[in-house]
Amino acid sequence: MNHPRENNRQNAVTDSIFDHDHALPAPESPGDIPAELLRKTPLNLPNASELDVLRHYTRLSQKNFSIDTQFYPLGSCTMKYNPRIAHAMASLPGFARLHPETPAPAMQGLLQVLWELQEWLAAATGMAAVSLTPAAGAQGELAGVAMIRAYHHARGDTARHKMLIPTAAHGTNPASAQMAGFEVIEIPNLPDGDLDMEALDAHLGPDVAGIMLTNPSTLGVFERRIAEIARHVHAAGGLLYYDGANLNAILGRVQPGQMGFDVMHLNLHKTFATPHGGGGPGAGAVAVQERLKPFLPLPTVTKGESGALRWMTAEDAPRSIGQLSAHGGNIGVLLRAHAYIRRLGRVGVSRVSAYAALNANYLLKELQKLGYQAAFPERRASHEFILSVSDLQQATGIRALDVAKRLLDFGIHAPTIYFPQLVPECLLIEPTETESQATLDRFIAVMAQIREEALAHPELLREAPHHLPVGRLDEALAARKLDVAAALS
Amino acid sequence: MSKIPESLRYSDTHEWVEDLGGGRYRIGITDHAQELLGDLVYAEVPEVGKTVKAGTVCGVLESVKAAADLYAPIDGTVLERNEGLSDNPQWLNENPYGQGWIMVVSADAAAFDKLLDAAAYSAIEGV
Repeated sequence: MNHPRENNRQNAVTDSIFDHDHALPAPESPGDIPAELLRKTPLNLPNASELDVLRHYTRLSQKNFSIDTQFYPLGSCTMKYNPRIAHAMASLPGFARLHPETPAPAMQGLLQVLWELQEWLAAATGMAAVSLTPAAGAQGELAGVAMIRAYHHARGDTARHKMLIPTAAHGTNPASAQMAGFEVIEIPNLPDGDLDMEALDAHLGPDVAGIMLTNPSTLGVFERRIAEIARHVHAAGGLLYYDGANLNAILGRVQPGQMGFDVMHLNLHKTFATPHGGGGPGAGAVAVQERLKPFLPLPTVTKGESGALRWMTAEDAPRSIGQLSAHGGNIGVLLRAHAYIRRLGRVGVSRVSAYAALNANYLLKELQKLGYQAAFPERRASHEFILSVSDLQQATGIRALDVAKRLLDFGIHAPTIYFPQLVPECLLIEPTETESQATLDRFIAVMAQIREEALAHPELLREAPHHLPVGRLDEALAARKLDVAAALS
Repeated sequence: MSKIPESLRYSDTHEWVEDLGGGRYRIGITDHAQELLGDLVYAEVPEVGKTVKAGTVCGVLESVKAAADLYAPIDGTVLERNEGLSDNPQWLNENPYGQGWIMVVSADAAAFDKLLDAAAYSAIEGV
């Protein structure tokens, strides 16, 4: 065999008489590395057997907390269950190995999938057209507000420099609006969770570009006067932006387009079957009404008269806000979304929101019976709801953080805490559509025990978790004296 | 019940203002504010010489729970700021009316007089 390294054979040291491929440079012949840079002592590598290494990593993997093993009331915000079939479809070699620069005639299969996904998402949202390219929710938001800006400017209306955003909004909303060059105006929420219409009306005018809303809102309740809000904003010449973060609550039931929204993004990684929450790739597809269609980010997929599919270019859409990713977006996430919708079908998709809302409302009622205080007791929950443990704080000093830490001892992931900031000592609980009643009942039983402990033995919560490899960490100290290198030394 | 010293004036955005005399006013956040925020881990305070405007954002406070805007309770120009806060944000928790002061500004006495007194501040819901 004519091995390329054959010539170095003379100078090489092999670690085994059978090992012909792992020739190492001899110490006396270090190639072109300057002598003063060579190590004087051997590298301090761990010397463990393969079996020991295997056990070490297996043990580490068993410490993982995951939706595959335990309940995760953080919900679609972080990790709802994503059916395996979606991943299997995205992994098919015909998709996974396709080069992004493949000419369109040779990638009709992928283009068909993307085209269908565009059509389905447009139908599901009640919008006219969709672009799949934004690589995450925040990029989708930026694309959305950039389209609002482009729309006003295209009409010669350049005075609209304000974007209205409710106090309860996700933090990304004001960030996206600011990045797109808008001045952010906060609109307060009323004590019942709805938007303050008087404050809205006071700010509407010829300098307002639009409003960014999440519905149901981050307060876990449906904005009841959305039609009225849309009328007022439109009458003042503004547009409505829908943040798709809580789409899980209304999927297949209510369309943002029907509510009067002009533009929105969908977090395909949240709602449509891509594992996320660890900063992994996302997809923030944007959907728009007819009047914003010319401004959609490129490339979208279009069908020619012959039925052949191709990417749209700047020549087709000269008023597009441009391109947001090198190619057509995060294709793997888009393939999963397509497989998920295909698997569920139209009826199945609307069951997602029905069960998500049913599970949330069941938990809310049962936890209220235990004495937990709902932030909005008069309101029905959407797919999530907020409890406040201010009463426990007043009684024994127990905070939301302590409740969350104690949940870990029972093998349950903590829900979101301290968001939204409007509700003091809050827990934001989202069970999602895929949990059984048995799982929900166990969560309720654990929450009952934690409430008793909070009142009778608060120190048990204050020192939790007790049964995990790591106990209560000093998060304030960690943030004040940040030293990422310390862990390595 | 949080501490609300009688000698200070307050804003509805939970800052306190102390009259140091000679048109100089010391500013900080109230005990109620630090309690709501939880353990403070970072404070961004306006630089000396900057003008601040009542009711508008002039800095950022970050706790383990939240990032909150710091509002100026009064129009003025920053004369001094608490340089120790950047390394010791916990002062805001431990002693919000003392060691945890944020800045001293020069301002109008008329503006100071318009601020809430201790009784009016303690009447705000939740305080």
